[in-house]
Amino acid sequence: MTTAEQPILEVRGITKRFPGVVALNNVSAQFMPGEVHAVVGENGAGKSTLMKVMVGAYRPDGGEIIFRGEKVAFAHPKEAQEAGISIIYQEFNLLPDRTVAQNVFFGREPSRYGLVNQRELNQKTVEVLRELGAENMFQPTAPLHTLSVAEQQIVEIAKAIAFDSKVLIMDEPTAALSMTEVQLLTDLIDKLLERNLAIVFISHRFREVFDLSQKISVLKDGQYIGTLKTAETDANEVIEMMVGRPLDSYFPGLATPEEIGAVKVSVRNGSNDFLKNINLDLCAGEIVGVSGLQGSGRTELAQALFGVEPFHEGTVAINGKALQVNSPTIAIRNKMGFVTEDRKAEGIFPNQPIRDNILLTVRTLQALVKRISRDGVTGQPNLVSDLSHQVDVRASSSDQEVQYLSGGNQQKVVLAKWLASTAEIFIFDEPTRGIDVEAKAAIHEMIRELARRGAAILMISSELPEIIGMSDRIIVMWDGTIYGELPSGATESEIMKLATGHSNGNANGSNSE
Amino acid sequence: MTTVSLSNMQQRIRASQIPPVYAILVVVFVGAIIIDAIFGRGQMLSGPILTNMVVRSVALGIVAVGQTYVMIGASIDLSVAFMISVTAVLASFVMQGDPNKVLIAVVIVFLVGILIGLVNGLIITKLKVNPFIATLGVGLLLKGFLNASFTNFVGAVPASFQTLGYGEIGPIPVSILMLLGVALIGGFILQRTRYGAHLYGVGGSEEVARLSGLRTDRVLIMAHIICAITAVISGLFIVSRLRSGAPWVGPDGLYDLESIAAVVVGGTALSGGKGGVAGTIAGVLIFAILDTMFNQIGMDAFLKQFLRGAIIILAVASYTYRYKGEVA
Repeated sequence: MTTAEQPILEVRGITKRFPGVVALNNVSAQFMPGEVHAVVGENGAGKSTLMKVMVGAYRPDGGEIIFRGEKVAFAHPKEAQEAGISIIYQEFNLLPDRTVAQNVFFGREPSRYGLVNQRELNQKTVEVLRELGAENMFQPTAPLHTLSVAEQQIVEIAKAIAFDSKVLIMDEPTAALSMTEVQLLTDLIDKLLERNLAIVFISHRFREVFDLSQKISVLKDGQYIGTLKTAETDANEVIEMMVGRPLDSYFPGLATPEEIGAVKVSVRNGSNDFLKNINLDLCAGEIVGVSGLQGSGRTELAQALFGVEPFHEGTVAINGKALQVNSPTIAIRNKMGFVTEDRKAEGIFPNQPIRDNILLTVRTLQALVKRISRDGVTGQPNLVSDLSHQVDVRASSSDQEVQYLSGGNQQKVVLAKWLASTAEIFIFDEPTRGIDVEAKAAIHEMIRELARRGAAILMISSELPEIIGMSDRIIVMWDGTIYGELPSGATESEIMKLATGHSNGNANGSNSE
Repeated sequence: MTTVSLSNMQQRIRASQIPPVYAILVVVFVGAIIIDAIFGRGQMLSGPILTNMVVRSVALGIVAVGQTYVMIGASIDLSVAFMISVTAVLASFVMQGDPNKVLIAVVIVFLVGILIGLVNGLIITKLKVNPFIATLGVGLLLKGFLNASFTNFVGAVPASFQTLGYGEIGPIPVSILMLLGVALIGGFILQRTRYGAHLYGVGGSEEVARLSGLRTDRVLIMAHIICAITAVISGLFIVSRLRSGAPWVGPDGLYDLESIAAVVVGGTALSGGKGGVAGTIAGVLIFAILDTMFNQIGMDAFLKQFLRGAIIILAVASYTYRYKGEVA
């Protein structure tokens, strides 16, 4: 019997070394049943390593794990799961082409003599969903890929609690969710707490950390810094513990009126299958932040400007010259750069060295048969080292494959790629997603520096503090159109009112997706 | 006994995401009847022609069921054609026309087939060789063995064994029943057993399967063994038709590439994780209908192949197009 005063799970003096690095150094923490315990820290602070040690994916080099009063050492996450500790990874571990029920019970289908009992499978799934209050949201027989991201998150949680878990570890469960979907997760977590589960929650999004958790533990460089009661602290204190410096230096300054120059991009009445009636001007030297909920058309706007999913109607002018941006090639020729949301899939070649990633766009622009030089292009033989230095890529050499860099450094390589192309118009889609606080500040500084040098910048972000801290102007999208515009200094609630379509903007179209 | 209502059935059909191969099957069939009525003799719908059409697709159909397994597991098997040859040659070599040796020959070819499937699976899962290369290599090994050992038809199967190829139960040829049996068992295992669910999982995402505690290697090795077993059944059917086995019967029938084509036309993705036996059989029937129609109207052999190729591409392209449409 576990009482509320006794931790269900405890780590004592955990140390984990990887070749050349101490990933965790003497980390201790206690996790109570019926409590959400957030673990925060920069990327590389050791959060994920700690979680993996707890479920047996890694073997610790020192220290012990106490679960339900007994010392345990799991050999595989499966063992931990059977004992009652489930983990939900950042990336979904689901099968898109199988049904909800097949996913929830994948690997342990109710069966006799190897034959799956379909009815029991579906019934048990409904029971699990009912515990989450989600039994009416979708059928157990629905193929997973027909579900929304938030619904898939529910399936992931259902899969975890179907094991009768006592501890549920969630690694960035909200990273892929929009704000309304996060609310859904919040309700769900309340249901889980009623079952007296201990929830361990890793997140980069402070809003959720503060909304959801009762306790916050901070890791920094593999060291345990401390545990705070959420009610007794604030974001500033936590960030200070994470980075050892105050919040003030977080965002660079905004543009002065003199820095804002001529209109570089101008869209009039742009429409396509996803967007309608887009009117937008981007000026040299300014950062325009784009806010909006997931599905509001933010990414589609970026794709339309960059020619991935071009506008079918309306006019686009770049530097005053009207043209049809029907492909990324045209966009790049007109000095546009697009730092995409999905870095791994669209931004980098993970198994190519830094050098070739940086030179990709500039080589694209060259004539087909031009001789390729190793570290640059004709006329700029040291382009790679110059740019790596400029964006401060931290790597052993430019021969290193990009996949081995941290998220922040990968993003810097993407940035260098566009700097190499001498782009003057930049579109950033979630430029700091999944990047630690320090690298975030560096990226923010770089984006601002680009603007100071006269680039026009469109920055999409679902993090409101980032939008507010970075933007000289904020446009808010809703239902495929620009629903309103706010000056710098707008508040989160002003943005949210527009983003949810509740404001008095130009109230056209009420059909939501 | 069953409580499945009609709407429930419809829901299930939608849930299982049945591929549009059935639409293509119907279009091809109707088209073939019309074309045959105009340019041929208008006999497409006659009993003997329809029966013959199915009988001629038995060998391909059986091995395509096995190919479906490996492809759902995101693997592939290019060695099936030579496995068919090995089976045909070994069976007739061991039997030598003696009815008493049928059983021992059958046992031997199944053991050999299972061994080859096991080797395929081990090379892919343990040596981590790409399945395309692994099974191509094993196929070439078998080819070398066959060419070194046999140059022509060897031995013979006894008349009793030829029942498999030519016998009938009532009006229905034994071979068609055999195809039906393999397809039904194959479909049942995929849809109703834990093994089937695990195979879909391993093919869909090996990482997910591993984190769910599955021994993914075993699942995939088993798929390769099942595929080999279907190749053996196919080989036995072929040798019972031919009376004697020769090294070229497998590769000449293009059972490797045609089985893969049938599976893909049937809606199983090359990337694994989805698809099924029913689609594959529909794919095989599409090929059979086309071949029968081409024969009925006396079409030129090269044009025949050209059209087959074009139809494979069109069919698969139409799925991709549809899929994109759904996503957008």
